[in-house]
Amino acid sequence: MAAHPEASTSAGPVRRTFLKTIGVSAAGLAGVPLLTACTGGSGPSAGGSESSGLSFGSGSSDEVPKKAYQAVTDAFTQKTGKTVRTNVVPHNDFQNKINSYLQGSPDDAFTWFAGYRMQFYASKGLLAPVDDVWAKIGSNFSDALKKASTGPDGKMYFVPNYNYPWGFFYRKSVWADKGYEVPETFDALKVLAARMKADGIIPIGFADKDGWPAMGTFDYINMRLNGYQFHVDLCAHKESWDQKKVTDVFDTWSALLPFQDPAALGQTWQDAARALAAKKTGMYLLGSFVTQQFTDPAVLKDIDFFAFPEIATEGRDAVEAPIDGLLLSTKGGGNAAAHQFMEFIGTPEGQDAYASVDASNIVTAKGADTSKFTPLNKKCADTIAQAKSISQFFDRDALPAMANNVMIPALQTFLKDGKMDVKNLEAQAKTLYAAQ
Amino acid sequence: MSATARDLVPPESRAPSGAPAKRVRSGKVRRLSRRDKVVLSLMVGLPTLIQLVFIWLPTVMSVGLSFTRWNGLALTDIRPAGADNYQYISQDYPPFWPAIQHNMLWLAFLALVATPLGLLLAVLLDQQIRGSRIYQSIFFTPVMLSLALIGIIWQLFYQRDNGLLNFLLGTSGTPQAVDWFGDSSVNIWAAMIAATWRHAGYVMLLYLAGLKGVDPSLKEAAAIDGANAVQTFFRVVFPAMRPINIVIVVITIIESLRAFDVVYVINRGTNGLELLSALVIQNLVGEGQVIGVGSALAVVLLVISLVPIVFYLSRTFGKENRS
Repeated sequence: MAAHPEASTSAGPVRRTFLKTIGVSAAGLAGVPLLTACTGGSGPSAGGSESSGLSFGSGSSDEVPKKAYQAVTDAFTQKTGKTVRTNVVPHNDFQNKINSYLQGSPDDAFTWFAGYRMQFYASKGLLAPVDDVWAKIGSNFSDALKKASTGPDGKMYFVPNYNYPWGFFYRKSVWADKGYEVPETFDALKVLAARMKADGIIPIGFADKDGWPAMGTFDYINMRLNGYQFHVDLCAHKESWDQKKVTDVFDTWSALLPFQDPAALGQTWQDAARALAAKKTGMYLLGSFVTQQFTDPAVLKDIDFFAFPEIATEGRDAVEAPIDGLLLSTKGGGNAAAHQFMEFIGTPEGQDAYASVDASNIVTAKGADTSKFTPLNKKCADTIAQAKSISQFFDRDALPAMANNVMIPALQTFLKDGKMDVKNLEAQAKTLYAAQ
Repeated sequence: MSATARDLVPPESRAPSGAPAKRVRSGKVRRLSRRDKVVLSLMVGLPTLIQLVFIWLPTVMSVGLSFTRWNGLALTDIRPAGADNYQYISQDYPPFWPAIQHNMLWLAFLALVATPLGLLLAVLLDQQIRGSRIYQSIFFTPVMLSLALIGIIWQLFYQRDNGLLNFLLGTSGTPQAVDWFGDSSVNIWAAMIAATWRHAGYVMLLYLAGLKGVDPSLKEAAAIDGANAVQTFFRVVFPAMRPINIVIVVITIIESLRAFDVVYVINRGTNGLELLSALVIQNLVGEGQVIGVGSALAVVLLVISLVPIVFYLSRTFGKENRS
């Protein structure tokens, strides 16, 4: 889930990995005290013993990303002579089992996300810091990316690989036909939507059967109204939900509700993407992975993108661009080859190896090859590069339980009857964050 | 499933396994040899141990965890929470009460529609009609299908734009098309029909076995006494299947409590399809895990399930003691 394209073709797990996962979850139930004793073990001693290789856990199980990481590990082995043993796990399983994975016998390095989801495990001591790696690769990344890779203790934990921006996607030909123009402000967006409705098009494509896509709209309205910092604090529950700032978000949103696809709750983002391709909807707010659905090159060429219009504060300073990258487990912290691998993915060379196979995402390192970018890719990359702050999407910035168990049903109810009980949101948030 | 069904059949209705040995030399207890004792204690001890470790220990632990807050990581992170989790699910957790209502609705629907439908199918197929076996297989197939397949099959029926149902209604592709899975006022009914499709086949199979076990001379006697077919069935055959009927009642209640797969395939049990079992899974499994709350939900489900289980056991064993 999680702002991630659903697996259309999930590769079967290696039998060994599968058994291991079962073993780990069984152990997680039975022998928790034993395991906690294990994880406190070897401290990070970067550059210590020279090791011959590392193990790499990958949740990128879809065909294209899987091959892309294969290309990265091959390039790494070629460059350093160190071997990489890759364990690919279907991505939903990988995410769902992350707790027992990190406490059991994790791989040295593994794929994960920036944001609260990374910081939580860092604060629990399940990750190894990679400040030594950042000392070498720091100049490859913008400040916004560096900020997103920092743990709660100020140490560096994460190395970004790629990201993808969220914004409105539309078909240029439709807009040119009807003479629509890209709205710069929220009021212009409403006027445009009303015009589209009069023209018999559903103005804003929308899909929320899976629950998470609606969080994108919430995040953008929240950040445009209250600013990036408020978004971060609200997600970390340093701000209360029961306040006017939050009510304002939903009040603002309710002005858009009549223009969003009324069938949203019954369709997935893939359905909504097809509706955009079929010119049934005028625009669609989603991550740039939406373009994976446009298999017809003629349609893909016709797709353009604009950032969420400004509402009140900070103009369009913040962009929602979830970052995927790598982390080191505590175990991997003692492995010099694992540190080298982290460094490699933070260089233009490593990211080029990945992007040579998977071109649907935006490389994050400066100096990586952008010559093969399509105009759309370039626009996406520029939007991210110009952003002063990068948010990670609600379900990566907030406590997963808050996102999955509270926000999904709450937003679905809001889409149905346009009401939001912020007092109840606050009551639920209090209980869930207290349990962490 | 058939194994469960067999276990649920009360002992007295099973084929008599050797008439109770008559006590010839009463009063004189035969001594057990040492080897007998070892074998016996192994045979009793092992299942008891397995039962303890895999059923009772987790149950007790769930109950215990439902009174704590825990993030599922280190054991030192467990903190007592009193009854907070229960207060949370009953007062602050919006999906909880809808889930209880949906479980009740599910039970009513299975009891009033699905189970009678299964009985009807069984009675019809019990007549000596041609191709009875083929029909049996067809109706039983859904019970054997995997969860993912069921999701796909019903998706074909219920899809908004290309689904068979909207096509038959003539609303396909128009704005009036009903969104069977997305519209929270109808999707619970759509899901219950999908569940009926499975449940009826299961009930049918059990009743077919029950009907075969009814002594034909009972029917003949009723016919001689001048009863018509309906009277024969309701006054003679149905009461004669009492052991099976009890099994079916228990199965229907249990199925309605653990109803899960159909709603999970549709939308993970959100937006009008909340069920207790889906909430338990959401709160206990995966990243969004809140162990205290999930355990509290599981305990609620356990307490509700205890009612039919106690009812069933007291009936079964109560009778055994009397005989």
